Amino acid sequence: METGKVNVTVTVNGVRRSAMVEPRMLLVHFLRDGLGLVGTHIGCDTSQCGACTVLLDGEAVKSCTVLAVQADGSDVTTVEGLGDMENLHPVQEGFWEKHGLQCGFCTPGVMMTAVGLLKQNLNPTEEEIREGLEGVLCRCTGYQNIVRAVQYAAARMSESEGHREVAAAGDDSGEGGR
Amino acid sequence: MPNVFGTPLKRREDPRLITGKGNFTDDIQLPGMLYMAVLRSPHAHARIKRIDVSAARQVPGVVAVYTGKDLEGKMGTIPTAWLVPDSDIKTPPHHALAVDQVRYVGDGIALVVAEDRYTVRDALELIDVEYEELPPVVNQEEAMKDGAPQLHEGVPNNIAFHWKAGEVPDEVFDRAEVVIRRRFYQQRLIPNPMETRAAVAQYNPSSGEMTIWCTSQNPHIHRFILSGVLGIPETKLQVVAPDVGGGFGCKIAVYPDEALVGYVARDLRRPVKWTEDRREHFTTTTHGRDMILDVELAGKRDGTLTALRIKNTANLGAYLSTAAPGVPTILFGLIAPGPYKIPKAAVEVIGVLTNTTPTDAYRGAGRPEATYQIERMIDLFADEIGMDPLEIRRKNLIREDEFPFDNALGLQYDSGNYHRALNKALEMINYDQFRKEQEEARKKGRYLGIGFSTYVEICGLGPSKVAGAVGFQGGLWESATVRVHPSGKISVFTGASPHGQGEETTFAQIVSQKLGVPVEDIEIVHGDTNRISMGWGTYGSRTTPVGGSAIAIACDRVLEKAKKIAAHALEVSESDLDFEDGAFQVQGVPGKKITFQEVTLQAYLAWNLPEGVEPSLEAQSFYDPANFVYPFGTHICILEVDGETGEVKLKKYVAVDDPGPVINPMVAEGQVHGGIVQGIGQALWEGAVYDENGQLISGTFMDYAMPKARFFPAFETAFTETPSPVNPLGVKGIGETGTIASTPAVVNAVVDALKPFGVKDLDMPLTPEKVWKAMQKGRREA
Repeated sequence: METGKVNVTVTVNGVRRSAMVEPRMLLVHFLRDGLGLVGTHIGCDTSQCGACTVLLDGEAVKSCTVLAVQADGSDVTTVEGLGDMENLHPVQEGFWEKHGLQCGFCTPGVMMTAVGLLKQNLNPTEEEIREGLEGVLCRCTGYQNIVRAVQYAAARMSESEGHREVAAAGDDSGEGGR
Repeated sequence: MPNVFGTPLKRREDPRLITGKGNFTDDIQLPGMLYMAVLRSPHAHARIKRIDVSAARQVPGVVAVYTGKDLEGKMGTIPTAWLVPDSDIKTPPHHALAVDQVRYVGDGIALVVAEDRYTVRDALELIDVEYEELPPVVNQEEAMKDGAPQLHEGVPNNIAFHWKAGEVPDEVFDRAEVVIRRRFYQQRLIPNPMETRAAVAQYNPSSGEMTIWCTSQNPHIHRFILSGVLGIPETKLQVVAPDVGGGFGCKIAVYPDEALVGYVARDLRRPVKWTEDRREHFTTTTHGRDMILDVELAGKRDGTLTALRIKNTANLGAYLSTAAPGVPTILFGLIAPGPYKIPKAAVEVIGVLTNTTPTDAYRGAGRPEATYQIERMIDLFADEIGMDPLEIRRKNLIREDEFPFDNALGLQYDSGNYHRALNKALEMINYDQFRKEQEEARKKGRYLGIGFSTYVEICGLGPSKVAGAVGFQGGLWESATVRVHPSGKISVFTGASPHGQGEETTFAQIVSQKLGVPVEDIEIVHGDTNRISMGWGTYGSRTTPVGGSAIAIACDRVLEKAKKIAAHALEVSESDLDFEDGAFQVQGVPGKKITFQEVTLQAYLAWNLPEGVEPSLEAQSFYDPANFVYPFGTHICILEVDGETGEVKLKKYVAVDDPGPVINPMVAEGQVHGGIVQGIGQALWEGAVYDENGQLISGTFMDYAMPKARFFPAFETAFTETPSPVNPLGVKGIGETGTIASTPAVVNAVVDALKPFGVKDLDMPLTPEKVWKAMQKGRREA
C-alpha cells in the first residue's frame, strides 16, 4: 500500500545516509534493503533472537524493534562498522580465537550485544556474561565458546584500557590520552 | 612441515562471518528482483471452497498472484525420497500449493509476488478464502482409530506405512526373570536454526537456464528433485547453497517453497526471492521427533539383559517429507539396542499421518530417540533389581575385544572401547564422593541427581547398497575433486555441504596433511552444483567420514601421479622415493629431491612426462563407504532439583566422546557443546504443543523455550580416539553425538534426584511444573 514516505537521515558506521522511507519501515530493513548492509540479520519476528542487534547511539538495540524514522538523526553501528580484517574489534577477534561461531548467522547480533555488554561492564564474571546474553539466541555453539570469546575480548579491552590509564597517569597535562 | 591433523586451527570461514561479509540467501539482491510470500492455512483441516484474490491483485506493486488451482498440472508434486521397503508405504500427493483441501496449519494456499517485502505482505492479507472446516486429528494414536478424520484418499486409518525388524517371541518375555515395560513420548521439537529457510531464483529465458540459491544442506539433492518438479533438465538447473545459517536436519528436505520460487521466476521472467519469517518456520518447516515408544526390556536378576522389543508409533504430520519415513524406522530402529549386548531385539514402526506440520530429520534423526529409550530403560532395569546404574552398564557394554560387533538387528559396529570412554568420564567426576554428598544433601532437603548416558550412534551415512536396501532413493557416497593448480595452490571440490560445521578448515587440514601444502594454499569449494560434479550433502554426521575420506583418497591419487612424475624427473624408480615434508626424496641420498610444487609445474608444462602419464595434476574420488561408522562415548550430568519450585539446576556436565581421530579439537569441541545444548533443550524445555484443533500453540520464540546461555554451566569435554577400520581416515563423526547423548543423561539425573519421591519416570520436557507436580505426588503418597 502506498503510504507517504518520509526522509530519514542516519549516520551509519560514520557515514551520513539519507533516504525516503515508509514510516512503518523497520530499521533492520532500512539497513539491509535500503543501504545494502546485509551483515545485520533477521532471525525472528518477535524480538527474541537478537540477530539484528546494532548499536544505536552507542547502545545495543534490536533493530527489528526500532523504526527507521525513530533512528532519524542517530548514529548506528553495524557489524560492518565494528572492524575489518586489518583492524578487528577485540570482540571480533575473540569470536575468531575462541571459536565463538559456527554457522555465523546469529554472530553479528551476538557480537554487537557483547560490545554493548562490555561498554557497561568491562570486567564481567562468567555469570554476568551469560546473563548479558539473555537477549540473543544461538542454536549452534551451546554458548560456551561465545562466553570464552567475550572473556577474551574483555581481557584485551581492559588491557588496552589499562595502558591508556597508565599513559594518562603519566601525562602531566592531566587530560589523558583519549 | 608440522602436523596439521589434530591441531586447533582457527576457522577459515570466520573472517567473512565476523565482519558481516557472509553471503546468506536473504542477502542476495538481484536487479529487478521480486518478493514472494505464501498465504498459509489457518486451519488444520479444511476444504477450500473459494479463493478470491482480486483485491490482492489490485494492490500497487503486486505483480502476480497464484493459487493452487493456477499451478495444478503445471508443476510436479513434492516427492518423498525414502520409501521404506516391505512396509506397504503410501505416498499421498503433496501439492506445492493446496488445491482443494488443506491438511495442517501452515499448508500453502496461494502466493503473491510483489516489488517489495512490505507490499507482498499487505496483499497477502487481502486474499479472501472461504473454508469448510473439517475435523482435524493431531495425535497419531487417535489418527489410527476407526472413524478418525481421514487426511488423504487411499491411506486408510491414516497409516502411511508399517515396518518391522527382528522378531522376539512373547515367550522370551514371559519366561524372563525381569521385564521392564515403559511408554516414552518423544515430544515434537522445532529445529529453529537461526537462519530461517529462504530461496532466490533467477531464470534466463534465452538459454532456459535457472539458478536457485537456497538454504540447503544438500544442493545436489535439491537439484535432482527440483529438476523433476519444475521440469528443468539438470544441465540447465544450478542450485547453490551459499552460507547457510544452520540446518539441524530441517534443511535437508525439499519443500514446496523452493519449487514455487523457481516456478514463479520462470513464469514472470524476473528474479524472485522468498524468505520464511520465524512464525512461518514454526508451522511450515519440518518438525522433529514426535514418536510414542512402547518398550519392553527383559533380563536376569544379575543384570544381564536378554531381549528388547519396541513399538514406535510415529507422527509424520500431514505429508511425507523428503526423508521422513527413514527416521523412525532405519535410523531409529536398527540402533535401538545401543551399546549393550542384548541378544534379541525387535522393532515395529507405524508411520501415521496427522493434521500437523510434517516431521523429518532433526539433529540425530532417530538415534536420539533410540538412545533415549535404551538409556532410560537400563536405568529403570537397574532400579528394579537394585543395581547401580554404572554397574549395569559396565556389565552389559560391548567389550573392546568383541568388535566388530553384530547387533541383534543386523548392524555391525565397527570399532569401540566403550569402557575406556566411561572410565575417562568417571575420572572427571568423583562418583563415590557424589553419592555421599547426595545422601547428605537429601537429609537437608536438597535433591541432587546424577545421570549417565553411555551411547553409541550410527554415523557416516552410509554405504549406498544399504541406502538402497533400506529404501533411500539416492546414493550415500560422496565426491571429491582435488585440483592442484600450476602454482601448487589447490582447489578441493566436495559434494558435502557444510553449513557451520567448519569443514572449510578441517578439510583443508586433511589435504595439508596428505600433500604437505600449507592450509593457506588450499581452498575448499562446496555448495554449488555447477562447480561440483555430484554430492549427497551434509547430514547424519557423514561430512567428514564420507566426504573427508573421498578427499583423502583423491589426495592419494594425486600423490600417486605426482610420484610417477617425480621419479621420472629424478631418474629413479618410484619405489626409491619417500614423500615427506612436501617433497619426493630419494631414499638414502639426502638432498636429492623434488618438491611437490616443482612436480606440479612439470605436470602442467608437460615437456617431459613419463610414458603414459597425462598432463595436469588433478584427481577425483567417488567414495562409497563399506559400512556406517559408530561414534560412542559417555556423558554424565550432575544436577540439583529445587525442592520448592521443581526447577532443575545443572551443576556439572562431563562429556567424553569418541569420534575416531580428531582433526581439529577446537571445532570438534564446538560441535559437542552445541549438540549438548540442543539435547538438553529437549530434556528440559523444548516442546511443540498442538491443541485439539491442530493449532500450534508454541508457535513463536515467546512460547517455545529455546536454550539460552544462562541455563548452562561450562561443560567439561574430552575425547578418546578409537579409529574406525571403515574409512581411510579412521574418523567417525562428531556433529550429532552431543544431542544424542545428553537428553537421557539429564533425564536420568533428574529421575535420580527425585528418587526420594518415588519417581520412576517423567515425560519430557521436565519443566519446573512437571517436576514440582511429581514431587507433590510423592509427598502425598509418602
